Amino acid sequence: MTSAEIIAVLEGQFGAKIKAKNLEAIDPFVTIESADLPAVCRFLRDDARLKFDILSCISGVDYLEPDPKKVAKAGFEPHTEVVYHMQSFAHRHRFVVKLNLPRWKGDKPGELPEVPTVSNLWPAADWHEREVYDLSGIWFTGHPDLRRILLAEDWTGHPLRKDYEFPLEYHGIRGR
Amino acid sequence: MATATTPRDDQRIIEFDVRTDEMLVNMGPQHPSTHGVLRLVLRTDGEIISEVTPHLGYLHRCAEKIGENVTPIQYIPYTDRMDYLAAMNMNLGYSLAIEKLCGMKIPEKANVIRVVICELNRIASHLVGMGAYGLDLGTFSPFLYAFREREMILDLFEEVCGARLTYSYLTIGGAHDDLPEGWSERCQKFLDYLKQRIEEYHTLLTRNAIFIQRTAGIGILTREQAIAYGCSGPMLRGSLRKDLGDPDWDLRKTEPYSGYEQYDFKAIVPPFDVAPPEAVVGDCWHRFYVRMLEVLESIKIIEQGLKKYAPLKAEGDALTAEFEAKKPTLAAPEQKKELEKANAAFAARLGHRIELPKHLPPGETYVETECPRGQMGFYVVGNPAKSLVPLRVRARSSSFSNLSTTNLLCAGCLIADVPAIVGSIDIVMGEIDR
Repeated sequence: MTSAEIIAVLEGQFGAKIKAKNLEAIDPFVTIESADLPAVCRFLRDDARLKFDILSCISGVDYLEPDPKKVAKAGFEPHTEVVYHMQSFAHRHRFVVKLNLPRWKGDKPGELPEVPTVSNLWPAADWHEREVYDLSGIWFTGHPDLRRILLAEDWTGHPLRKDYEFPLEYHGIRGR
Repeated sequence: MATATTPRDDQRIIEFDVRTDEMLVNMGPQHPSTHGVLRLVLRTDGEIISEVTPHLGYLHRCAEKIGENVTPIQYIPYTDRMDYLAAMNMNLGYSLAIEKLCGMKIPEKANVIRVVICELNRIASHLVGMGAYGLDLGTFSPFLYAFREREMILDLFEEVCGARLTYSYLTIGGAHDDLPEGWSERCQKFLDYLKQRIEEYHTLLTRNAIFIQRTAGIGILTREQAIAYGCSGPMLRGSLRKDLGDPDWDLRKTEPYSGYEQYDFKAIVPPFDVAPPEAVVGDCWHRFYVRMLEVLESIKIIEQGLKKYAPLKAEGDALTAEFEAKKPTLAAPEQKKELEKANAAFAARLGHRIELPKHLPPGETYVETECPRGQMGFYVVGNPAKSLVPLRVRARSSSFSNLSTTNLLCAGCLIADVPAIVGSIDIVMGEIDR
């Protein structure tokens, strides 16, 4: 199936829940609300026409220009995206689903934005969600074991956020 | 007490008669058979494992954060250090992602060089995988033989780019340099040599009775589990069954890149006629054997690639002669600019490299390539503010997903089976921790 057909099937099923679509992008994608994610993902995985049974990758992308002088030129509003790349073993097509989130839950710095987990649909999501939580700072609600995976358990902060500051000191090891 | 009907040699059954306590055993991060710095916490009951918790991150070097701070060309050496046993394939994956983002078209000659070099690196990587697997299971000699062969590939790579492990040779826009004079012949000579050696490996490992006992029927991963956990490469292919209608799942076949569609090769999918009777599709033995056969397919691809390369190389030589003839002898200031222009045009026509645009276009792309360990993906987000530095670089590592099945595979096994299972996944921690 081409991406246009996949998007048409999704729109037929979910209608207004598909908030935005982009067919001109190199990899066409749809944007949905995070609350609709489990339903949309279940449909993407189980529908006989789509059958996205492989979850390739989950990535967190932080849109923020930390330099105040460059904010006007940045070309985007500060927000965070979670991007799901999936692939079908049976039909050999690929698709991208995106979530648009505020950088902090309720715009309160320090409160991580929340996304429902899809690790019950694809076991592959388990470690990927742990990594996104660890590095990009997104809380996956319902995840069975959401711990840091790459960084140390007592690390503070989420390094792939653009406003992250490298610690000056970690257990007596000098940083910076 | 064990009854008379109990098979005495099966450790698992004898274990039930002995009172044991649950115990946590720490394996790694410094352990020879965890292939780098992987730490496994085993929950054991006697000899039997009930749970395995992998702890990663001992080799985390912030590769993705670095990607947001350097230009794509500067990032190529960092991709080398992800899967350091198949650095060429990593270079190619990132280059393809940037090229797709910029909409660049790569010259035919560069594509042929890329395929030849990547397949050569695949052989080198599988040789290490195979040799180290033997080492995990207690046989030392295959490791030495594998490294002897790998050394020859490294010599070939050294001739091409000067490096032996971290090449940075395949770069954005093509390849860094053309292949040197006489390299094709030397490469062909090596392939002829390797073809005869493969049979030795089958004698040493594939058909070795001890090896079969340690691997056949151990760590069985079903087709459904492999797909659900996002496994790829030999790990996934070892669990497929062609006779039950599974496709030839290989990105070089299903989503060809760099002109792989022009090459004649097979994706290796079980069942195999030579499989020992105790082996089951999806076990360690099958994963190992898929790698062995992939080496043969790679040899086939390289031979075809070298044939394709010969006329392209000759074309380059003709161009050199033509250029030398036309080269202005006087380098007056007004001629200098012309000379530079001619040089640039000449470099473009030589056909192994084109230039990168001034800044990355906005937009994003995700590209997966078939690396020795599976599908390695690069997700690059271009910067909306005109800049050559991408906004985000994400590396989806194949070993990362493959390793996430450890608990599934090891639960219920004996402690001695853990190295056999982890070794059969053929992990490289550099790629997992990035």
